[in-house]
Amino acid sequence: MFETLILMLDATMRVSTPLIFAALAGLYSERAGIVDIGLEGKILGSAFAAAAAASIFGSAWIGLCFGIMASVGLAMIHGFACITHRGDHIVSGVAINTIVAGLTVTLSMHWFGMGGQTPALVGDARFLDITFPFADAIASVPVIGSIYSNLLSGHNILVYLAFLMVPVTYWVIYKTRFGLRLRAVGENPHAVDTAGISVSFIRYRALIICGILCGLAGAYLSTAHNAGFLKDMSAGKGYMALAALIFGKWRPVPVLLACLLFGFLDAFAVRMQGVVIPGIGEVPVQAIEVLPYVLTVLLLAGFIGKAIGPKAVGRPYVKERA
Amino acid sequence: MSQAKVPTWVNIALIPVLNIMLAFLVSGLVILAIGENPIEAAGYLIYGAFGYDEGIGYTLYYATNLIFTGLAVSVAFKGGLFNIGGEGQAYIGGLGVGLICLSLDHTMPFYVIAPLAIVGAAVFGAAWAYIPAYLQARRGSHIVITTIMFNFIASSLMVYLIVNWLKEDGRMAPNSRTFEENAWLPYLHELLSPLGIDIGDSPLNLAFIWALLCCVFVWGLVWHTRWGYQLRTLGTNPTAARYAGIDTAKVTIWAMLISGGLAGFVGLNEIMGVNHNLLLNFTAGYGFAGIAVALMGRNHPIGIILAAILFGALYQGGAELAFEIPTITPEIVVVIQGLVILFSGALEHMFKDRIEGYFIRRAVA
Repeated sequence: MFETLILMLDATMRVSTPLIFAALAGLYSERAGIVDIGLEGKILGSAFAAAAAASIFGSAWIGLCFGIMASVGLAMIHGFACITHRGDHIVSGVAINTIVAGLTVTLSMHWFGMGGQTPALVGDARFLDITFPFADAIASVPVIGSIYSNLLSGHNILVYLAFLMVPVTYWVIYKTRFGLRLRAVGENPHAVDTAGISVSFIRYRALIICGILCGLAGAYLSTAHNAGFLKDMSAGKGYMALAALIFGKWRPVPVLLACLLFGFLDAFAVRMQGVVIPGIGEVPVQAIEVLPYVLTVLLLAGFIGKAIGPKAVGRPYVKERA
Repeated sequence: MSQAKVPTWVNIALIPVLNIMLAFLVSGLVILAIGENPIEAAGYLIYGAFGYDEGIGYTLYYATNLIFTGLAVSVAFKGGLFNIGGEGQAYIGGLGVGLICLSLDHTMPFYVIAPLAIVGAAVFGAAWAYIPAYLQARRGSHIVITTIMFNFIASSLMVYLIVNWLKEDGRMAPNSRTFEENAWLPYLHELLSPLGIDIGDSPLNLAFIWALLCCVFVWGLVWHTRWGYQLRTLGTNPTAARYAGIDTAKVTIWAMLISGGLAGFVGLNEIMGVNHNLLLNFTAGYGFAGIAVALMGRNHPIGIILAAILFGALYQGGAELAFEIPTITPEIVVVIQGLVILFSGALEHMFKDRIEGYFIRRAVA
């Protein structure tokens, strides 16, 4: 029983990692007032760029750089449409998701000719798991050994980075001058403008951070979690991250918990496949899979607390008007 | 503010055409980037879509789905609501059609099943849109997020229902049994051949005619009824609508019900018209493509028909293109769709302001 729990928590960490990156990415963007339903597209774009570059250069780190560049590039298109040209944030996000879904398949066919995949990544082209010191030695110690060597040790560097990003984000958002301005831009851009600070510049910087984090999420998917890019491999993770962002009410630590909850449900659904619970019968996997989305809808409806986002989110800022 | 008016043709023709050209130009660059000739590719595309009877039939068959989802997006949009849930609503609408056909095809004739299937598609699609609509109108939850969530919920629900309840016994394939022929929508080539008209074998069926009727219905509803006026007022200025005594919550809910119902008709074309059984993933992104169609068609039924035919042509021509030049995948169509959404939706101010400014200055001078 205990071992099963450890294995499930271990799986939870792996599944949650891209969600954490992406949800934090959304946090920076939405706290600055830019709605980002293009998370999905940025993750997919980065996953493809990272896998393609990793397989060409044989280095996961170079792959990561390309993944981040692709994702930041997409974030800049979003910024160009939403900030510079006052476009609709949602339309722009949908456009980015659609373009990337088509472009990744088209480009991968052209470059690799493998039906929308990249070649399988081996060796240095992947982020490999890091084993902590003495992990093997104390693996047999009851409880602690298992927690240390199975749960904490044995992940790749991006997993640890994702968890590290949570306190970093907390610090940036709440303890720095940039964070204060970022939040102010999302709540009352006019006040920030009056103080003589450029609303556009802050929003662009927020989107750059958003792009970097989505880049990490995508690179994790294709070069760490899997060994290569598959068509549509982000499979709704961007939307789930968006759900986690709302569920965590746009705050770093609750967002982390939401991501872990969704990741746990995912791991749980895999475990529950075909298991018959006495008295209830077989719980359909789909019912568990769908829980994050149902929970988010219930939360938005105010049935379990109230989710109130940044005030100015989704509204283009026009300097001249009051 | 200047009182000078921008000529109508600028807004309904010049700007959309300019946006589309730009989307095509960028797509051409993509094709160039993968080492193929865009002009040659366009040639295959146009031949595939319009070059022969069958191709035209396929083009119109794809356009049928896009008219439904395009209308769905535009009705909601007229009321200032962004319905991203067309995909889920179309999916559940197909469930409605499938359940009617599966339960009645042994006992009832076609002329009983067909109207019931239309009602089934509309009711199921509308029901799926009702919950996000209700939550938006009465509890203030954002319709974009809830409709996205409902797309995922619809997808899981359909997998569950088809795999556990509707799957044909003893078969592995996740689809229901094939309907009896009296629950099939007749193909147009079958209807027209007794009249001596040959339009080539294609999946184009009666749903296309229904789609055109829906356009007329939406046109009348939005521009020629009191409710349509309320809807457009809500979309233009919600505060003014409230002051004018319009029950905005009620209009919101009805707009989404109609939108969901229209999206549900995709099931009519796909399930009853072509596949003749209930299967997984038959919506294939038409719900999202509807956004591009509505944006390009300027939310007007005529524009939507034209845009839907253009996109239908891209689907069909794209398939032909992928056959002729294997390095170009049919996904190039998805790229073009995305670019159309980007240029005619998100970046609409990029040209619009400048062009309108030019015409206003010219009118004043």
